Amino acid sequence: MKRPTEWFIERWILFNGIFSIAAVGLIFFFLTKEGFNLFKHYPLKDFLSGRQWYPISEPPKFGILPLILGSFWVTAGATLIAVPLGVASALFIAEVAKGWIKEYLKVGVEILAAIPSVVLGFVGLVTLVPMVKQMFHIPTGLTALSGAIMLAFMAMPTVVSIVEDALTAVPRSYREGSIAMGATQWQTIYRITVPAAGSGIVAGVMLGIGRVIGETMAVMMITGNAAVIPHTLLQPVRTMTATIASEMGETVQGSDHYFSLFAIGIVLFVITFIINLAADFFLHRKK
Amino acid sequence: MLFLATLVIFTPIATVLFVLIQRGLPEIRWEFLTQMPRMGMRQGGIFPAIVGTFYLVIGTVAIAMPVGIATAIYLSEYAKETRLKRLIEIAIVNLAGVPSVVYGLFGMGLFVLFLHFGSSILSGALTLAMMSLPVIITSSREALSSVPYSFREASLALGATRWQTVKHAVLPHALPGILTGTVLTIARAAGETAPILFTVAAFYLPKLPHSIFDQCMALPYHLYVITTQVPNVRISLQYGTALVLVGLVLGINLIAVLIRAHIRSQKKW
Repeated sequence: MKRPTEWFIERWILFNGIFSIAAVGLIFFFLTKEGFNLFKHYPLKDFLSGRQWYPISEPPKFGILPLILGSFWVTAGATLIAVPLGVASALFIAEVAKGWIKEYLKVGVEILAAIPSVVLGFVGLVTLVPMVKQMFHIPTGLTALSGAIMLAFMAMPTVVSIVEDALTAVPRSYREGSIAMGATQWQTIYRITVPAAGSGIVAGVMLGIGRVIGETMAVMMITGNAAVIPHTLLQPVRTMTATIASEMGETVQGSDHYFSLFAIGIVLFVITFIINLAADFFLHRKK
Repeated sequence: MLFLATLVIFTPIATVLFVLIQRGLPEIRWEFLTQMPRMGMRQGGIFPAIVGTFYLVIGTVAIAMPVGIATAIYLSEYAKETRLKRLIEIAIVNLAGVPSVVYGLFGMGLFVLFLHFGSSILSGALTLAMMSLPVIITSSREALSSVPYSFREASLALGATRWQTVKHAVLPHALPGILTGTVLTIARAAGETAPILFTVAAFYLPKLPHSIFDQCMALPYHLYVITTQVPNVRISLQYGTALVLVGLVLGINLIAVLIRAHIRSQKKW
């Protein structure tokens, strides 16, 4: 026979457990509650594939294609930089480094993960942006490339720590077996350890991409915020996240512009939802 | 080759920290930390921003910690391998992946407008708490599940109920680990900008908040404002603010690292 207080406590714990599911539902509900109002007057097709984002012209144009492409370019650039470097240093930390070097590198990754994005944005603004401008002789350094480089540094801690976990989880006996067969350390790494940690590595990369797509502050500060369809990495772009963050302050509540920003939020939510679900699938596949 | 890649990552970090300290440190004086900003933030200190961030972080932890720990207890101690448990796990993974600016939108929709909390410390802290929840849950759960199973068996064998077991045999041993996770959450909440943009942050408010229904300034937003929104702010002022923010966040992280090291040295099993 349970005491009533205990019954109450256990119900309370269960309630909290279910709250996480409710939270996802609540987020989706409140995004759609505001966002769907846009589609009463503005067709969904024009929203997703429109090539012009002029929210305050008359009539306003809410085509988010330039914003999607802006996010895409920055994310693709950041992924191209972060994944090879991130996986390589995860390999170094997990397989090669020993003793105090390993510990220091791990702390380094944690420090990088801890630096607020607004600080990285500021540092990018005063160092990277002038550098990019000079190097490519372009009128402004506020480009997709600057954003991609800075975001690569934000994705790296995620990539490094998850990939390193996956590598460390590979049983020691695999490596010993390989070395005993006469394989060199490098052969062991890329023929045995990396394939064995495969799904963990994929998950790390995907979560890194998810982080980059959702990143807001740094990207808003250093990519130039021009809502045009980009053709090269050396052009200013504007991402979906930066659009929400920079325009929300200027909108009138209940206007189509206001609703359109929530609609962009829905797009972001759906994209990251899919990425995280997929990453989770890869992480749990082996078990 | 691998070492080179590692070097490529770590040299810039070290450089960034070095430059921040070198250019920001001369700015950090007592007046800078304890005075109101003046002249449209081009002069004076960052006191209200520090205080605002402090209130926000306290609020966030006060809200997220009870819910997060209870969820972790449910997942680790009560839930059986059912579809509900899997669903909760998936929900947590997704909460962790929602972009911070989307949390901002959500907080604005639910707390600021729907619940009429307005742009206030309460709305901001609730939004940050929602965002911190997955981190607290995951780390608390890890701490709980690292307590050996035999502890629970011994307690149950003595006739203790489930809750008594959790309360007396499991939680005390998991507490340091839970604390580490919570401290890391604090560090993260202190540095976030996007979720507070539309829920609490004030552009320029040279006074302290009086209640949880007031707006306040916050360090990360203040840094954003003086680096991109206000023209002609002295660069040293920007460096100084950035250094205070980084110092604060890394300092909190250091506390977590120390707690963790302490636990490892004390571990009895």
